[in-house]
Amino acid sequence: MFKKCSVAAFALLSSMSGAAFAQTEIQWWHAMAGVNGERIVKLANDFNASQKDYKVVPTFKGGYADTMNAGIAAFRAGGAPHILQVFEVGTATMMAAKGAIKPVHEMMKDAGEPFDPKSYLPSVTGYYSNAKGEMLSFPFNSSTVVMWVNKDALKKAGVDAIPATWPAVFEAGKKLKAAGYDKCGFSSSWITWVNIENFSAWHNQPLATKANGLDGFDTELVFNKNATLVKHLGNLVELQKDKTFDYSGKTNEGEGRFSSGECPIMLSSSGFYGSAKANAKFDFTAAPMPYYPDVAGAPQNSIIGGASLWVMNGKPAAEYKGVAKFMSYLSSPEVQAWWSQETGYLPITQAAYDFSKKQGFFEKVPLAEVSIKEMINKAPTENSRGLRLGNLVQMRDVWADEIEQALTGKKSAQAALDAAAERGNQILRQFERTAK
Amino acid sequence: MEKRTTFSHKLLPYLLLAPQLFVVLVFFYWPAGQAVFQSFLLQDAFGLSTQFVWFENYAALMQDKTYFHAIWVTVVFSSLVTLFSLSIALLLAVQADKSLRGAGIYKTLLIWPYAVAPVVGGVLWLFMFQPSLGLLAGKLRAYGIDWNPYLNDTHAMLLVVMAAVWKQVSYNFLFFLAGLQAIPKSLIEAAAIDGAHPMKRFWSIIFPLLSPTAFYLLTVNVVYVFFDTFGIIHAVTGGGPAGATTTLVYKVYRDGTAGGDLGLSSAQSVILMGVVIALTAIQFRFIEKKVNY
Repeated sequence: MFKKCSVAAFALLSSMSGAAFAQTEIQWWHAMAGVNGERIVKLANDFNASQKDYKVVPTFKGGYADTMNAGIAAFRAGGAPHILQVFEVGTATMMAAKGAIKPVHEMMKDAGEPFDPKSYLPSVTGYYSNAKGEMLSFPFNSSTVVMWVNKDALKKAGVDAIPATWPAVFEAGKKLKAAGYDKCGFSSSWITWVNIENFSAWHNQPLATKANGLDGFDTELVFNKNATLVKHLGNLVELQKDKTFDYSGKTNEGEGRFSSGECPIMLSSSGFYGSAKANAKFDFTAAPMPYYPDVAGAPQNSIIGGASLWVMNGKPAAEYKGVAKFMSYLSSPEVQAWWSQETGYLPITQAAYDFSKKQGFFEKVPLAEVSIKEMINKAPTENSRGLRLGNLVQMRDVWADEIEQALTGKKSAQAALDAAAERGNQILRQFERTAK
Repeated sequence: MEKRTTFSHKLLPYLLLAPQLFVVLVFFYWPAGQAVFQSFLLQDAFGLSTQFVWFENYAALMQDKTYFHAIWVTVVFSSLVTLFSLSIALLLAVQADKSLRGAGIYKTLLIWPYAVAPVVGGVLWLFMFQPSLGLLAGKLRAYGIDWNPYLNDTHAMLLVVMAAVWKQVSYNFLFFLAGLQAIPKSLIEAAAIDGAHPMKRFWSIIFPLLSPTAFYLLTVNVVYVFFDTFGIIHAVTGGGPAGATTTLVYKVYRDGTAGGDLGLSSAQSVILMGVVIALTAIQFRFIEKKVNY
C-alpha cells in the first residue's frame, strides 16, 4: 500500500516538474505595496493563464529606491531579474547604464512583437526615449501630482470651493485647522517631487539648465534662483509653525494621514487613488495642483512620476521573447485601461484612454481624469517636458534634507534652496564623470 | 597512572583551525580588502565604467560637511546608548541578583528583547511613537508636548536612542548578572559583618569586581552602536530629519546604495573600520590596565 502511494506521489511530482521545465520563467521585480501589489500579481496571473509558454513571477522588493538598488546590486552580482520596475527618478541612471539594460524598442523588434512609440501618450514617450526617439524602457505606471481633498472636511470647515491656487490652499488650511484639523491643515507627500519638480514645471520655470537635463548631462540646477519657489518654501515654513501645513516625510509614507482623515488636503501622486479608495471612509476627490496666480502663464503642464519597466541585459533570446509578449499584453487597451482605472495611474496609450472613455469611466469617476488633463494642459515647454538628472535618487534625499532644515527653522528658505542646488550640482558633476 | 593522549602531528592544529580561519578570511579579510580597493575607484552604480582615482574619494570626504556632521551624530548617539544601556542593565542585574520571588520570570522577560531583530525592534518603537498613529505619541500630545520625530532632531535622536538601548539592555543584563553571580558571597558577607552598608558594599566591593565585565561590555557596546544599530535607524528615522540621526554607518549605506557612489561609500567604511580597530585597541591596551581582573 505504502509502496503504491509513494510511486503515485513520485509520478505526480515528476509530471509537475515536467510542466515547470517546459515553461520559461520571467522574473519581475516591482515596488508596488498594498492593494497595488495585489494588482501586479493579478496582471502576472492573468498573463500566465492566457498562454502556457511563459510564467511571469512578480517579486516585491520594497519601495522604489529599494527596488532599484536591489536591481543594481543583483546586476553587479550577475543575477538581475528580467524586468525591473524603476521609478522615473532613476531614469537617467538607467539610461546611462548602457551595458546593463536591453532597450525595449530593440527587444520588441528582435522578438517580432509590434511596438509603436506613437501609440503612447506623447508626454510619457518623451520621458523614456533617447535623443533618436527610441523608447528605452516600457512605460507602466505613470502618475502625476494631484491634490487629494477630503470633501467632508472642507464642508465642515466652511470651505465652499476646492482651492485652485496656493493662497487659496493656505486660507483653506487655516480654516480647516480652526475646524479641528489642528495637527495638519494640509500636507504633501514626496516633498521634492511635488514642491520642486512639479512645482517648477507647473509654473513653467526652469529647474535645471539644458531643458532640465534632457539635452545633456552637463546640466546645472537653477531652481534656487526661482523667486516663486523661494517664496513658496518660505510660505510652507511659515505655515509649518502652527501646523496649518505639516510635513509628512520624504516619500509617500505620509499618504496614510489623508486616508485616516488626519490631513484633509494632501498633495500626492494620482496613483494614490487605489489606496485612498480602499481605505478612506469619507467623500474625497482629486483636484489639479494649485499654482501662484501672479506667475504669468501658470498653470503650464505637469510632469510624470511613477515608474517604467526596464529590461535587464544578458538574458537568452528565448526569454526576451517572453518578456516582449508580456509587454504587449500589458499595453493592450483592455489590460491598460483596467490597470489605470483601478490604480489611478495614467492610461499610457491613447487606445487605453479612449477605451476608458468609451466605457464611460470618466463620467463615473471624474477625478481620474484630473491627472490626464494636467499632463496635457498645454503643449510642453523646455521647462515642462520632463527631467533627466543623473543620481536624482540621491539628489532628492539631499534636497529633502535641506527642505527639512528650512522647515525646522535652521536655515532660511533661500539658504536651504541654495545649499540644495549646490550639493545637487556636485552630485551632477560626479555623475557626469562616471557616465562617460 | 594517568592516561594521556598526545598528538605529535604538526599539521593537526592548523587543520583544526582551518575552518575558523577560512570563515574569517572569506567573511572578513576578503570583503575588507575589496572595500579598500573600491575606495580608490570612481565607478557608476552598475560598475560598468571604472576609473582609478587614488585618494580622491578620501579628499572628497574631508570636504563634505555632512560627513563631519555624521561623526558628531555618531559620538552623541554612541555615548548616549552606551551610557544608558550599561547603567540600566547594571541596575536591573543588581535587582535580579537578589533573592526574589519570580526572579526566573523576571530574568527571562528581560532577556527577550535580545532575540528581536534590530529592524523589528525599531518598528515596535515606531508603532508607539509614530506622530500620527503611535499610542504613546498620542499621549505625549495630550500632555501638550509637540512630539514630532520627523522634523524635530532631538525627538528623532531620543527615539533611536530608546530603541537601541532597549535592544542592548538584555545583552548587558545577562553579562552583568553572570558577573554578579561570580562574586564570592563570602566577600560581601565579610563586609556586611564589618558594618558596610549596602551602597558602600556595592561601590567598594561589587563594582570593582564587576569592572572586567563592565569593560568588556563597554567595548562590545561601542561596536554595537557603530554597526548593529543600522536596522533601527533605517526603520525608525531613515537617518533624518536632515541627517540628525545619520550615523557614520548609516551614511555609508546611504551614499553607497541610495547614492550609488560605491567609491565614496567604501572610503567611509575603510575609515570606520580604522576607527573601530583603534578604539578597540585603545580600550584593551590602556583601560584594561586600570581594570581589576
